[in-house]
Amino acid sequence: MKSAVIQLPGLNRDRDMIAALTKISGKAPVTVWQTDTDLPDVDLIVIPGGFSYGDYLRCGAIAARMPVMRAVAEKAAKGVKVIGVCNGFQILLEAGLLPGALMRNASLKFVCREVKLQIANANTVFTNAYQPNQIIRCPVAHHDGNYFADAATLERIEGNGQVVFRYADGTNPNGSINDIAGVMNENGNVLGLMPHPENLIEAAHGGSDGRGLFESVLGKAA
Amino acid sequence: MTKARVIVTLKNGVLDPQGKAIESALGGLGFAGVAGVRQGKVFDVVLEETDPAKAEEALRKMCEQLLANTVIEDFSISIG
Repeated sequence: MKSAVIQLPGLNRDRDMIAALTKISGKAPVTVWQTDTDLPDVDLIVIPGGFSYGDYLRCGAIAARMPVMRAVAEKAAKGVKVIGVCNGFQILLEAGLLPGALMRNASLKFVCREVKLQIANANTVFTNAYQPNQIIRCPVAHHDGNYFADAATLERIEGNGQVVFRYADGTNPNGSINDIAGVMNENGNVLGLMPHPENLIEAAHGGSDGRGLFESVLGKAA
Repeated sequence: MTKARVIVTLKNGVLDPQGKAIESALGGLGFAGVAGVRQGKVFDVVLEETDPAKAEEALRKMCEQLLANTVIEDFSISIG
């Protein structure tokens, strides 16, 4: 399993993501700079979290228009798996690769804490290492994670099983509609989520609940 | 040159937590009777195009592709 991590100015979770992918797959991901238009031949592309372009205009708006994102969209259309975490999720939404939008947290405050996540769909390439409806712990750290979609879109993605992660046990930190924490595209190969599973993969993190996402998508570690 | 102003606002029905906070702060300052506040963005754009129709068409594309997120926002363009 070969993976790539996209790098853009202002992203700051790329090192954590590279460490997680390396530890779990046994292979370091290729890193790809925002101006690259020729992506390497990989099975998984990850857009990590941070504050690309200082969150100017809207979170992820400028990053989503960078050349590398056209290449990501082409790969996604061919079925390559893509994961966006936090700002990466915002970028995938702004690029039109996922449905809906992320708005300012309802509390208007930056939230940095641990939440509970329900695996709302365990029958995906991103979550098959988890049990259906399993509740896991996961850290969040964001200011704009308030997921919104219009009624028709919401009905469609709920009906299609595109809602993959939901905040559970009253821990919705941002006011997201239907407690949505992560969604995938209709084809099931592009996933975006606000929480940071890469920050809960080993004992030193205080737990390994986030590992399942990487084990699902990468296969169990060699 | 054509000078234009683009106003981007949240669509009706989209919750605006920032507008709500501003509304409540106005109440706190003693401004009674504020029934609602919606926050938006203003872009003043100067175009080299001199034909207003062509300028407006270009601005519309700019709004759809970048200035507004049409999932949650509406935009309006005024020229001159």
